[in-house]
Amino acid sequence: MRGELHYDAVVIGAGTAGLVAGARLAESGAHVCVLAKGIGSTHLAPGTIDVLGYAPDRVASPREALSELVAARPDHPYALIGLDTVDHALAWFESCVGAGPLAGYRYVGRFEHNHLLPTAVGALRPSTLVPETMVAGDASAPEPVCVVGSRALRDFHPALCAANLTRAGIAARAVEVDIDVSRADENALGLARRFDDPAWRAGFAARLALKLQADERVGLPAMLGARDPGGAWSDLEHRLGRRVFEIPTLPPSVPGMRLYEILRSALRRAGGRLILGAEVVDAERSGSRVSAVLARTGGHDTRYAAPSFVLAAGGFASGAIELDSRWITHERVLGLPLRGVPAPEQPRFLGDYLAEQPMSRVGVAVDGDLRAEGADNVLVAGAALGGAVPWRELSGEGIALASGFRVAELAGAGAAATTGAAA
Amino acid sequence: MSSTSTPIDDLLRGSLDHCVKCTICETQCPVSNVTPLFPGPKYAGPQAERYRVGDEPSVEWSVDYCSGCGICSQACPQGVKIAEINAQARHKLKRQNGIPLRDRIITRPTWLGRAGTPVAPLANFTLGFKPLRALGEKTLGVHRNGPAPKFAGRRFSKWARGRSGPVSGRRIVYFHGCGTEYYEPWEGQKVVEILEHNGFRVEVPKQDCCGLPLQSSGLFDDARKVVLRLARALAPHVREDPETIIVGNATSCTLMLKREAREILGLEDDLDLKLVSERTYDICELLLLLHDRGELKTDFKPVSERVAYHAPCQQQGHYIGKPALELLALIPGLEVTEMNARCCGIAGTYGLKAEKYDIAMAVGAELFGQVRDSGASTVACDSETCRWQITHGTGLGSVHPIDFLHRAYGL
Ligand SMILES: Cc1cc2nc3c(=O)[nH]c(=O)nc-3n(C[C@H](O)[C@H](O)[C@H](O)COP(=O)(O)OP(=O)(O)OC[C@H]3O[C@@H](n4cnc5c(N)ncnc54)[C@H](O)[C@@H]3O)c2cc1C
Ligand code: SF4
Ligand code: SF4
Ligand code: SF4
Repeated sequence: MRGELHYDAVVIGAGTAGLVAGARLAESGAHVCVLAKGIGSTHLAPGTIDVLGYAPDRVASPREALSELVAARPDHPYALIGLDTVDHALAWFESCVGAGPLAGYRYVGRFEHNHLLPTAVGALRPSTLVPETMVAGDASAPEPVCVVGSRALRDFHPALCAANLTRAGIAARAVEVDIDVSRADENALGLARRFDDPAWRAGFAARLALKLQADERVGLPAMLGARDPGGAWSDLEHRLGRRVFEIPTLPPSVPGMRLYEILRSALRRAGGRLILGAEVVDAERSGSRVSAVLARTGGHDTRYAAPSFVLAAGGFASGAIELDSRWITHERVLGLPLRGVPAPEQPRFLGDYLAEQPMSRVGVAVDGDLRAEGADNVLVAGAALGGAVPWRELSGEGIALASGFRVAELAGAGAAATTGAAA
Repeated sequence: MSSTSTPIDDLLRGSLDHCVKCTICETQCPVSNVTPLFPGPKYAGPQAERYRVGDEPSVEWSVDYCSGCGICSQACPQGVKIAEINAQARHKLKRQNGIPLRDRIITRPTWLGRAGTPVAPLANFTLGFKPLRALGEKTLGVHRNGPAPKFAGRRFSKWARGRSGPVSGRRIVYFHGCGTEYYEPWEGQKVVEILEHNGFRVEVPKQDCCGLPLQSSGLFDDARKVVLRLARALAPHVREDPETIIVGNATSCTLMLKREAREILGLEDDLDLKLVSERTYDICELLLLLHDRGELKTDFKPVSERVAYHAPCQQQGHYIGKPALELLALIPGLEVTEMNARCCGIAGTYGLKAEKYDIAMAVGAELFGQVRDSGASTVACDSETCRWQITHGTGLGSVHPIDFLHRAYGL
């Protein structure tokens, strides 16, 4: 007896890229399994789909800026994905939100336009497809902003946020509202659960209403509901009689958790499996193909065999790519070759922390069809891809979504070709 | 009392250095999400662990409120063994503060089972009798409303010994655990019949508890003795033939054998336990593997019923996904809804303890609500204590998923 299962496709990683790839493959009728060591970056990032924010100047239309970027940088992930695919992926994602578990929660945006939304410190962040609950924060809106915080959430400082918004030319002030909490370390998720409760919300709205001025819009940390954010947000707008918007917080990110739920249930609805805790520790190869991966299941490992694999295990942040103490970089999951690694004589890191670090473009080496070098049936998506600098470009979630979408198309076609050949 | 650190301690402690303080575990912990008494996995685990030095008094007490469900370890993207670190810390706390008599009793299903089985009607009456349960709460700290199982009054092993199964077929070793032995012997009968239907010859070695309740209450020395005794009992049955495996329907107990005893109790080096750990499979895991090989009989008759399926946290700790869902999907007519809530609250004996009963019920509330909303008439769940808790919280009957397979096979 051997722990062995066969799938049409196995996806490694349950961040945005892996979940999208898994859901799309399952929607195309494939028998799919997503294996993940743990949860991905969704719970940490703002939950917005940032396609391209800076190139290097602030981008107004991601579509236009991307056309230029891919022409200049043929090795950039977006150049390999293709702009039409980005467009299709955005449209698919919107429909996926609509069919998802969070009734009344929507994403809003177009490929041709970036919103400009406040961060927790009052900087303005360009973002393409965003939860409707954030849209009223846009810099172009005429109303002055009232940033609302509470001592209960110690990681959010409304005065700092308001001061920086004012500096950026947006009239803003800060107020605090008392929220009774039983723990000193309450986070946005704990408070979001309260906002799910209509009676509690009504009480909060009543206390806040007393502090607002006539024409203000209200910015709150992103905590307006974990289970029913659509309902919580519109109810609050209604009760306060004005526009209300969420501002992404420090982790844990409530909108990011909603994004995870949306993608996870898309995978489930389409019949895909998700196994959390299953770290891929080894792969079996036959020639230039991977025939199976081994996942740690306690006691004995389980072998997952498939004609195609998607590697969506993230990059340095998730630990899928590492730089060891001897300054050697590895792709730790399947041992695939990397590209973009600075040559030994070149600098790897620069003194300025926020500068574009030479190491930051490192990723799994792929061909024009996102196929890993040396592993013909492994497609790569998300932060595992090199060639981009997501935190400078503000492109991480956009690349994860679009590449996850693209590899599903390619893996589906690859699997069909294999089956066709066998028949 | 020893404070020597074993390699496994170092492995667990070493994993805490991987913590990047991302808070993902905090979003998943069912306990800290309902009570301020527990600050959550990140604080109680990798953070507080840095201050637990040798046998010095612990600076952190709240870890006793961790239920040990293991959800945090599944979610951590950096591979920090949070729940396992907490289990070790709980053990240390107990060592320093002494162990309540209550914990010594309810962690011994074998004693309880042996004592209760011959006098089942009386014992069940006692457990169902409110004034006595109130007394038990005062004197022992076992909550009066905690979901206590009913003794079946007969033992599974007796049934197994008294029958003659098929003489040929693939050998398989059945580990039934205490729940099946004393409380739900019929579950074990179904397991045996399903396996035989699929061409197995089932061996039921003489066996005892796996020690999990002792381990989860921090009674490590006793837990080690108990689990090693079980390993000695099972290992000889699989040693000779590499094809023979051990299968169990008590999912928390099979997890104990597969992984927890080795990781948490520091028994990595015991050869019998290692062998047993490698060869042990959860029943649904095994049936799905058979199905994948085209070796599972699928002569299922329709069962028209609406079921809610809850994968218990301990089952999720096998890191095999939810094989029961795929098996149930093979049964024509069965309408299965997957529950999304992570934990029923009971976590073995956690929810029986007087000071934790309310927390456990608050944890379970989400699941109970989902079950009710699903319109299901029955709940399927792989763990017995979770089934008792779900029935306690919803009033609905609850069965192991294999019950439906057994019915659909017409056995
Ligand atoms: C704090 C933070 C803030 C961010 N903010 C923004 C932002 O504002 N805008 C933006 O566009 N982007 C942002 N990003 C970046 C963006 O979130 C990521 O680029 C993107 O989500 C990457 O997705 P992914 O699916 O490729 O990888 P990840 O989300 O990292 O997921 C990797 C997955 O692979 C799994 N995995 C790893 N190794 C293994 C293994 N051996 N076996 C099995 N599974 C494995 C992990 O457990 C995880 O499930 C932020 C990231 C972080 C961390
Ligand atoms: S999920 Fe893991 S890395 Fe993140 S805070 Fe918890 S223990 Fe640390
Ligand atoms: S084991 Fe369960 S209860 Fe304990 S910290 Fe982890 S998630 Fe919370
Ligand atoms: S965990 Fe299983 S074998 Fe172990 S005590 Fe429970 S019922 Fe017995």
